[in-house]
Amino acid sequence: MICAANHHMTNEECKKAVLDIIADIAPDEDLSNVKPDVRLRDQLQLDSMDFLDIVMELRKRHGIEVPEADYMRLASLDSCAEYLTPKFNALAAKS
Amino acid sequence: MASDFLLAHPLNLSRIVITGVGLTAPNGNSLADFRANLLAGVAGIEWLDVRYMGRLLAGVCHYDPLKHQRRKDVRVGTRAGSISIWCAREAIADSGVAFEAFPKDRVGIYIGCTEHGNVETENEIFAISKFNYDTKYWSHYHNPRTVANNPAGEASLNLGVTGPAYTIGAACAAGNLGLIHAAQMLRLGEVDLAVCGGVSESIHTFGIFAGFKSQGALATNDVPARASRPFDLARNGIVVSEGGCLYTLERLDDALARGARIYGEVAGYGVNSDASDYVLPNPVRQAECLRKALANASMRPADVHIVNTHATATPLGDIQECEAIRAVFGSGCPETHINNTKSFIGHCMGAAGALELAGNLPSFDDLTVHPTINVDNLDPACALPGLVLNSPVKAARVDTILNNSFGMLGINSTLIVRRFVA
Repeated sequence: MICAANHHMTNEECKKAVLDIIADIAPDEDLSNVKPDVRLRDQLQLDSMDFLDIVMELRKRHGIEVPEADYMRLASLDSCAEYLTPKFNALAAKS
Repeated sequence: MASDFLLAHPLNLSRIVITGVGLTAPNGNSLADFRANLLAGVAGIEWLDVRYMGRLLAGVCHYDPLKHQRRKDVRVGTRAGSISIWCAREAIADSGVAFEAFPKDRVGIYIGCTEHGNVETENEIFAISKFNYDTKYWSHYHNPRTVANNPAGEASLNLGVTGPAYTIGAACAAGNLGLIHAAQMLRLGEVDLAVCGGVSESIHTFGIFAGFKSQGALATNDVPARASRPFDLARNGIVVSEGGCLYTLERLDDALARGARIYGEVAGYGVNSDASDYVLPNPVRQAECLRKALANASMRPADVHIVNTHATATPLGDIQECEAIRAVFGSGCPETHINNTKSFIGHCMGAAGALELAGNLPSFDDLTVHPTINVDNLDPACALPGLVLNSPVKAARVDTILNNSFGMLGINSTLIVRRFVA
């Protein structure tokens, strides 16, 4: 079930991975125009349970842990990429 | 029976009427389709893949959840919640009540359930089994999905209802209990509109199938439509089904004031408990429940024109219900017909009582009694005068329907609905 990326991930690929998760947890939302520098909650109908879903899916799909103290780092796509891309790449380096 | 107490304790004895029906059954997603299939002998049983167990017989509903829910609500919520929302929305639309303008704090939602939470618990245990049972993979939705009020709570969220919304746990008597409780709350003045009945998501838990199988009470048959066969000598157990049926109930004055169509009037009810066994029914207590309902409705057995049985097609249970009916109705009720709806749709558990009543309500208009199908060889121990076998019959009169629903741990319910006469 856990499938860390096995190559160097770019910020854009990281954003795509996050959007893939959001597409599943918020299936009614139009994700074609998500602004990367705007808070996700300001442009999509996402509540706190949905953010926990994002955290859970990062854990299940990619083996990435996001401690509660870092939840704020998932606010926008840009901040997600900044925070998560190194984690993806650290996992890839291990595998 | 009730009169001495009620005379001494003046209560609101408003007449309570049924003004809307919303349902999903394995053989129909509206009352019209459901009824048409009951008259045409069309069952709704199919093969279903059940986790750990393989292909089993089940009654599966095929309504469109996206008619009344967003995709996200379907994903986050439970099947029982989704069925509740479907039935509630359909019932309210059918009632013609001006719901948008209706004070939402004066609406009550009372939903009977056999069980709730097993589906989600099994799903989560299966999910963490893929992660070496590490509970950090356990869903944060587990608790809101498994609380016992979930089905009614999801309906309240969807409808914006701010009045009381909760479930009533009463095993397979729960569908009747939803209606009975709603009638009581309307009479107490707690609410002005009640959305009530029962739902079941049971086919999505392997546990209920495995439990009945271990008990020797799970039906088998090569032909799905022939599997549920109450009163037949070859019956071999229950077909587990999902489903739901919710009604709108109102006090008669309110219904008349808005010119509502009235399907029928709650004439009386009885509820009691066996206090004798976890699973074995008790015909003496069932007969007491029937008599209690008749007394509550101020009726004699001969006043009842349709008895819709609870019989689930277990070898012993059917015989015991027949014994109870025989004790109450005897042979002096020439206008009483007896039928069974589970022979078409299997056992819809918490929805059973509510759905089975709905399937018979149109008899007030078409004077036709739907049959019990799949009876090739009537078990002599189940022979009752007036049993309607395999084909519908025309009745001279249908003014009263009596609906039995009994459940595990010995909970019995009988609900009597009569033709509305002003």
